[in-house]
Amino acid sequence: MDFAFTSEQDDLRREARAFLEATPSPSMEQLAELGWVGILQGDDFTFLDASVLFEELGRALYDGPFALNEVAGQPGDDVWSIEIDGFVPHLDKVTRVLTPDMRGTKAQGDTLATVDETLGLGRLSRNGAEAAQGEWVDVRRRLLAALALEAVGIGSKAIELALAYASEREQFGKKIGSYQAISHSLVDGYVAVELSRSLAYWAAWSVAENDEQVDLAVAAAKSQASEAAVLACEKSIQAHGGVGFTWEHPLHRYYKRALWLEGALGYGREHRAEVAEYLLSS
Amino acid sequence: MELRDTPDEAAFREGVREFIAQNLPSGSKQRSARRFEDADRDWSRKLGEAGYAGLTWPKEYGGAGAPYSHQAIYLEELAEAEAPSHLGVIGLGMAGPTIIAWGTPEQKERYLSKILMADEIWCQGFSEPDAGSDLAASRTRIEDQGDHFLVNGQKAWSSFAHIADFCILIGLGLPDEPRYKNLTYVIVDMHAPGVEVRPLVQITGHPEFNEIFFTDVQVPKENVLGAVGDGWQVAMTTLLHERGTLGFALSATLDVAVRKLVALAKDRNVTDPILRDRIAREWVELQALKYTNYRSLTTLTKTGIPGPEGSASKLVWSENNQRLTKLALEILGSHAQLTDGGGYADGYWQYQQLRSRGNTIEAGTSEILRNIVAERVLGLPRSR
Ligand SMILES: Cc1cc2nc3c(=O)[nH]c(=O)nc-3n(C[C@H](O)[C@H](O)[C@H](O)COP(=O)(O)OP(=O)(O)OC[C@H]3O[C@@H](n4cnc5c(N)ncnc54)[C@H](O)[C@@H]3O)c2cc1C
Repeated sequence: MDFAFTSEQDDLRREARAFLEATPSPSMEQLAELGWVGILQGDDFTFLDASVLFEELGRALYDGPFALNEVAGQPGDDVWSIEIDGFVPHLDKVTRVLTPDMRGTKAQGDTLATVDETLGLGRLSRNGAEAAQGEWVDVRRRLLAALALEAVGIGSKAIELALAYASEREQFGKKIGSYQAISHSLVDGYVAVELSRSLAYWAAWSVAENDEQVDLAVAAAKSQASEAAVLACEKSIQAHGGVGFTWEHPLHRYYKRALWLEGALGYGREHRAEVAEYLLSS
Repeated sequence: MELRDTPDEAAFREGVREFIAQNLPSGSKQRSARRFEDADRDWSRKLGEAGYAGLTWPKEYGGAGAPYSHQAIYLEELAEAEAPSHLGVIGLGMAGPTIIAWGTPEQKERYLSKILMADEIWCQGFSEPDAGSDLAASRTRIEDQGDHFLVNGQKAWSSFAHIADFCILIGLGLPDEPRYKNLTYVIVDMHAPGVEVRPLVQITGHPEFNEIFFTDVQVPKENVLGAVGDGWQVAMTTLLHERGTLGFALSATLDVAVRKLVALAKDRNVTDPILRDRIAREWVELQALKYTNYRSLTTLTKTGIPGPEGSASKLVWSENNQRLTKLALEILGSHAQLTDGGGYADGYWQYQQLRSRGNTIEAGTSEILRNIVAERVLGLPRSR
């Protein structure tokens, strides 16, 4: 039993965090230069290595198709997105789109205005679809795990922002973080994110190892991590007061991403229905 | 990262399974995790003799000196078999580790192995009527009389006191010293003259904790743990173990509860999608707690210090257990009002649901635990 990342993976996390602090919105070319694009294709890296990147990109509120391209798992030089619940994130930033029927289509269609302005959801025109490689069950598992990891990144960043603010902002002559109504609420947000982090890492390991419990792990991780991220953002907005309600403050962008993650590939209850089916009919 | 057992862990797990198969008293499964008094002494002694009681204790004190992962596996297997735990909860989890950390060689020799064998049962005399969360406000007097201490005062809500042989007791040793420097920590013989135990009936109808009255109780000088005035530090060791090493024991009891919940739902053929959603959520929450414990276990094994992610285990577990037992009552429906209706309503869930209300109070209330996480883990400014 060893439930920790390796020191190489920790190094990768440090490298990613430093890079993304300087370059929060990197192009696919920039990510390719770092050797991260196609990380799941060769034999040198596992899904756990990629999962470090998925989480760090979430933390940085990265606004591109990197994770989708990785979990689509298609060979060649195209940049892929995946159609999720009828819409294609970052349609204007990719060259091909994978659909759940496991066909690849040229990235063409309308880009729609979205609440999370960085999502770039598009509606695909399905012209000239060709068979793609692999199975949807595998893509879906990888995608659920990646969404869970992104949510962990979002949730922990939202709590960190609130902790910094609550340790600084004063009202009634005291730091607001000394008021239990604030501190206890942030503890609950923190705890929810940490618990879901454990599930997300379990899911990542299960995908990497193709473990027999992988479907339960990704269902648990996706539902719990995305709900925790939404909760963390809501608690953070509240702890920030009026500042947290402004367009200028970055929090709303984390919140909108969390709301997208919560619904993508099904809300929590849909995943829990799968878990219930497994528990109650086996 | 490797979540499967190592060959060594797998072999250990196999050994635990065999031990349980050969030694678990029949009929204990029905009674398991019901009330702690149900855990019988014979079973506890067998656990001690087989080396399972003191798995992580150093070998020199009768322990097995095993890694924490073995402790986790042992507890998982007990849960899997729905086997009762060792009766000496306070001795194993609190008194023992405190004696290991602070005790003299004579104290270690005298007490530790009897804890493992369940030969002597311990209770904890910390809380008082006017000092619960605020433990440092303890007013029980521990006066130095030259050749012995004289103890006078009252403790409240002490679990196991009615069957205990010894008590870890904290009280006012140096009344003129400032807060946190005025306390003394002693071991008290519960059979000594002047010790009176009065059972308190709990919300469940069962008397599982007690008031203890101390009237001119003579305690030998060699029974002090640490020095006179060190009581607060020694008590912190006890509480660290109470809350800290409890993680896997808690996920193990929750595991049993989730298994029983799922069995109940199957039995009653639950088709309501809302109930099914809530059942699945309890299973997911259990996995979250379990894997969070694995994470802190790994940190503990690698660094010797439990990771911050584990500090919230008790907080989360208590709320999970309250939600889960309430859900079981909903599944029972009108039968939930019956305490002995046979079949679905043998009183198990009715007892568990009421008992769970204590979970957010005992071993540090949830409010106190949130204060601790806020201040020590998240570094927020102090609330007091
Ligand atoms: C089942 C059970 C078993 C127990 N077993 C033992 C035992 O074996 N030995 C033993 O010594 N004790 C035992 N106790 C006692 C337990 O430790 C105390 O009840 C607990 O510490 C709370 O103390 P109190 O009851 O005095 O409540 P109080 O401390 O008076 O608390 C009342 C309420 O005020 C809140 N509160 C208090 N201070 C703060 C603060 N600073 N910030 C925010 N909220 C605050 C509390 O959270 C609580 O909600 C047991 C209790 C139970 C329920």
